[in-house]
Amino acid sequence: MNLQRHPVNPWGAIPVVLALALWELVARLGLLPGGIIFPPFSAVARELYELARTGVLAQNFLPSLKRVLLGFVAGGLAGMIVGTAMGWKRQVNETLGPILSLLYPIPALAWLPLLMIWIGISEFLPVAIVFICSFFPICYTTATGIRNVDRRYVDAARSLGTSEPRILAEVVFPLALPDIFTGLRLEAGMAWRVIIAAEMVAIPTGMGALMMRSESLIRVDTIIACLFVLSIMCFCFERALFLLEQKITAEWR
Amino acid sequence: MPTVELRGIRNFGCQGTNLEIQPNQLLVLLGPNGAGKTTILNVIAGLVQYEGGVYFDGAPVDGLPARDRKVGYVFQDLVLFPHMDVRSNIAFGLRGNGHTEHEVIARVSDLLDLLAISHLAARYPTRLSVGEKQRVAVARALAPHPSILLLDEPFNSLDSQTSLHLRAALKSLQRELGITTVFVTHDLAEAEEIADRIAIIENGVVERVGTPAEVLFSPPGPRARDYVGSSNVLGCVTSKRLGFGLAVADCGGLCLVVPQNGKEIRKVAISPRDVRVSVQRPSTDVNVFEGSIRATNRLPGSVMTHIDVDGADIVAELPHSAYESSRLSPGTPVFIELCLTKLRTSD
Repeated sequence: MNLQRHPVNPWGAIPVVLALALWELVARLGLLPGGIIFPPFSAVARELYELARTGVLAQNFLPSLKRVLLGFVAGGLAGMIVGTAMGWKRQVNETLGPILSLLYPIPALAWLPLLMIWIGISEFLPVAIVFICSFFPICYTTATGIRNVDRRYVDAARSLGTSEPRILAEVVFPLALPDIFTGLRLEAGMAWRVIIAAEMVAIPTGMGALMMRSESLIRVDTIIACLFVLSIMCFCFERALFLLEQKITAEWR
Repeated sequence: MPTVELRGIRNFGCQGTNLEIQPNQLLVLLGPNGAGKTTILNVIAGLVQYEGGVYFDGAPVDGLPARDRKVGYVFQDLVLFPHMDVRSNIAFGLRGNGHTEHEVIARVSDLLDLLAISHLAARYPTRLSVGEKQRVAVARALAPHPSILLLDEPFNSLDSQTSLHLRAALKSLQRELGITTVFVTHDLAEAEEIADRIAIIENGVVERVGTPAEVLFSPPGPRARDYVGSSNVLGCVTSKRLGFGLAVADCGGLCLVVPQNGKEIRKVAISPRDVRVSVQRPSTDVNVFEGSIRATNRLPGSVMTHIDVDGADIVAELPHSAYESSRLSPGTPVFIELCLTKLRTSD
């Protein structure tokens, strides 16, 4: 695996450190107008440590993580399967394409009221929302990726006496992986955004719910600490998928 | 290995194509871009729709999908699977086709040795030179023991030296395996070098089929001549045997040493590309003549130079750079050398 293509840039840390220092300074000197409650970075870091130490963070973070993982993996797998079928077989694309075109533009959160009636407030609700959020875009990027594979590879495989399922599994799908991973990386961040929004409005547990409780107690430090955690999680998901893609495709791209 | 026959093939690229390829022969399809050469290969491989009939050993194969035709295909851009290393590329056509893993490993190993690419086995195509990719593509096509081998301008993007080497290797391999082979090119010199027979293709129709010498001595129509390059064909009145497979032929006033296969020589031909022109006298005396440039015809890639040699009009094809650097122009006295190994004779 060639990681030299993406070396770590030590200079990238400097703007972050400067921004944190500026934040600390502005908050301590009370430079923001209108009496805005704006705790310094050190207070947020202390609160984050307290949340972790007392177990509150784990208590709220782990359910969110579980929902995102379940919904994203299930939605991603289903999206890849349906997308592969649509990209490979014109008849499937012509059958499912119009339905998906109608459903795809609907924001995932817009399904929430309907799902609350249909399946109620349960653990399945946030998973279903993340599933919907992940399924459509991954389905589309997979179908596009499969269609974009150069047909000459298919011809070459056919002339070598290979069956159609093997061509799909061993030639077309692997060659579509770069496109599929682009979709997965984009939707990994989106899954976190959707779960937080869903937990804020409909689910009593998770990071979104913790943020809403903090809002009612005017605990700005807790809210910002939660935003930190979310930011890091989105980054980690995106990075993990990037590294997985590199591991699978770096040798031949 | 089977006889391949195409009868009245019609589709977007073929206009009633008829062609017969003898078993174990290497047939070259020669023609300009867009003539329908690749389409003919795709028809034989079963990769495109067509009307008409394709027959292997007299049996129609039109109902057979590509994967059941037992045809090895080396595509113009080679299309090696980029996500597989060389070993996996070659093994691809064997796996899942009733071969045991032991057989697959043995066959791949044999082909790696045959094509002299064992040292590349673990490399991915992106880490191979063009010449190495060509060898891998040939090995991959041969792996499933095809009855017919199709090669679509496989040496197109190579330098002349590597191309020459690979052509020789391919010809020797084809003879060794005795596999019916169809090779597409638009280069007459390449065709002449490796072909048992040449088919001139133009507008999706086979204009002429024959041995390289037959094609050289009987050039096709005027449009085909633009790309094939009209040969210098000289009528010979007498010939004298020298032994060692050589003879002297008196061709329109030029005494030429020519290859001889025992028959009386009536015609001698040489491609304009094989006529060497120089201002200084060459180091050899064999088939070297003095003349002067009579006229020139500038083409996009070369200058067709007509040289008057004792009344005979010899055409030489020179690259622009060579023509300019030698300060040639009509009237310039020059020496020409007709390379012995490039001369073709006819009785």
